[in-house]
Amino acid sequence: MSEITRSTAATLAEGLAAGDHTSVQLTEAHLDRIDAVDGAVHAFLQVDRDGALADAAESDARRARGEARGPLDGVPIAVKDVLATKGLATTCGSKILEGWIPPYDATVVSRLREAGLPILGKTNMDEFAMGSSTEHSAYGPTRNPWDLDRIPGGSGGGSAAAVAAFEAPLAIGTDTGGSIRQPGAVTGTVGVKPTYGGVSRYGLVALANSLDQAGPVTRTVLDAAMLHDVIGGHDPRDSTSIQQEWPSFTEAARAGSVGDMSGVKVGVITELAGEGWQAGVMARFQESVDLLVRAGAEVVEVSCPSFVHALATYYLILPAEASSNLAKFDAMRYGLRVTPDGDPSAEEVMRATRDAGFGDEVKRRIILGTYALSSGYYDAYYGQAQKIRTLISRDFDAAFAGVDVLVSPTAPTTAFRLGEKLDDPMAMYLNDLATIPANLAGVPGISVPNGLADEDGLPSGFQVLAPALADDRVYRVGAALEALHADQWGGPLLDRAPGLETK
Amino acid sequence: MPEISRDEVAHLAMLARIDLSDAELDHLAPQLSVILESVASINGVAGDDVPPTSHALPLTNVFREDVVVPGLTAEEALSGAPAVEDQRFSVPRILGEEA
Repeated sequence: MSEITRSTAATLAEGLAAGDHTSVQLTEAHLDRIDAVDGAVHAFLQVDRDGALADAAESDARRARGEARGPLDGVPIAVKDVLATKGLATTCGSKILEGWIPPYDATVVSRLREAGLPILGKTNMDEFAMGSSTEHSAYGPTRNPWDLDRIPGGSGGGSAAAVAAFEAPLAIGTDTGGSIRQPGAVTGTVGVKPTYGGVSRYGLVALANSLDQAGPVTRTVLDAAMLHDVIGGHDPRDSTSIQQEWPSFTEAARAGSVGDMSGVKVGVITELAGEGWQAGVMARFQESVDLLVRAGAEVVEVSCPSFVHALATYYLILPAEASSNLAKFDAMRYGLRVTPDGDPSAEEVMRATRDAGFGDEVKRRIILGTYALSSGYYDAYYGQAQKIRTLISRDFDAAFAGVDVLVSPTAPTTAFRLGEKLDDPMAMYLNDLATIPANLAGVPGISVPNGLADEDGLPSGFQVLAPALADDRVYRVGAALEALHADQWGGPLLDRAPGLETK
Repeated sequence: MPEISRDEVAHLAMLARIDLSDAELDHLAPQLSVILESVASINGVAGDDVPPTSHALPLTNVFREDVVVPGLTAEEALSGAPAVEDQRFSVPRILGEEA
């Protein structure tokens, strides 16, 4: 593996600025790495070799003219297949969108292009982002680079595995209930869910509109911050986009990386521990809390009593929104059309298409959502869930009145084996226990690598949550913990990942 | 909390416009019961005095200036269509036999 693919995006950016390498060289190195390992990892649904190299050549030409568009101009990136890319197939991991080529770019994708980042390809995901293991992709699972028999998390397992396997220095993910952060935890990488409204949702194929948020998937906190600076900010095409100036997250990450936590009040969430939490995950978490204390943080325990209802609340709100959103896949305007024999009506075509085009998990959630929204059950399920959403937001408000950030392990366990929970939906849903509250309340969160669990030698994650709009805090504290870990471990966690066989 | 029966799942599938096979109904109905039983735990947790939240952050409706901005061309809009006729989406008959 070349030095290029092991480098952080920030280092690659410096090298481009210094003239040590070209964007074409960086892009070729990553495309070669994809060729060598992606047969086994399957992080990508599609690799756009020609497009990426053309973008890279343009970037090099711009830089030669002294017109580089920003620090990341020329640094390649992978994009989750739930974001529309003009001219590049966008499937959402579903058969119903197989081969669909969007006629427009998502705003996040436009911003990547404007900033000059060559797009390597589209990454694998659970179908329509429904899942925590990437096993629900209609195109086959992605495998965890730490152990190819295990899941890479989900729904954004492709993006996380791509950066963990050094196939891309940067990737974009989306997080509705943990789909950026939980894959980050189980692959030893960094993932950030920004404040709801901080990054445009235009062109992001909606799973649950009130919860979805795109964000960075990287190997370091600084890289995530630099990427967030590129993709974030107000977009008039998204009515929920926040209209305000954001501070530089790059600066926040740089400030945090000195590892000084003095004056920072940290709350440990009582409810995100106990039964069902793997001992090795909890042990590493406690050690990191102790590290923060030694670095000057003041740590208190904070109770958020409504969080115990977050999972149930989420699994009513999400299917309700998803069943409405996915109604647009009706076989009429784009995507798959299955025509039964005879002279079928539009409705019969719709029913046959949706049966053939959607996988099990999507069907489960559409039916659950249809149930939750049906008259007679609406008040008991959906109405009640919306009220509990209020209680969860109030818990966050009360907690942040006393502390600057809240922390927990990102996921209750390390990566499980492929197939282990595939037919047990409730067991699968429990993976998102710690990440869901942030989506319900719209607050930002980061997962940073948190060492290996003793039982299985697999990565765990440390989650930092901040009040809405205070995304800079997750970068500051995340970068501080990352620096403290690097001192302790003598290098990044991914240095300890077993090498992948290359072909 | 009521268990969800196989017939109810079949009815919901019809409402959601998904043809589920018998095998799928057998498979999905018990799983949905387990999920519903589990999410039913929220019943009665929030009292009548708690307002519902539909979006986590306060939202106001957004208008833009009433000016023309470029949109998709007809060709672009039709580019993913399963069937096209005369620059329009071509769809199966809408009305049933009995209509």
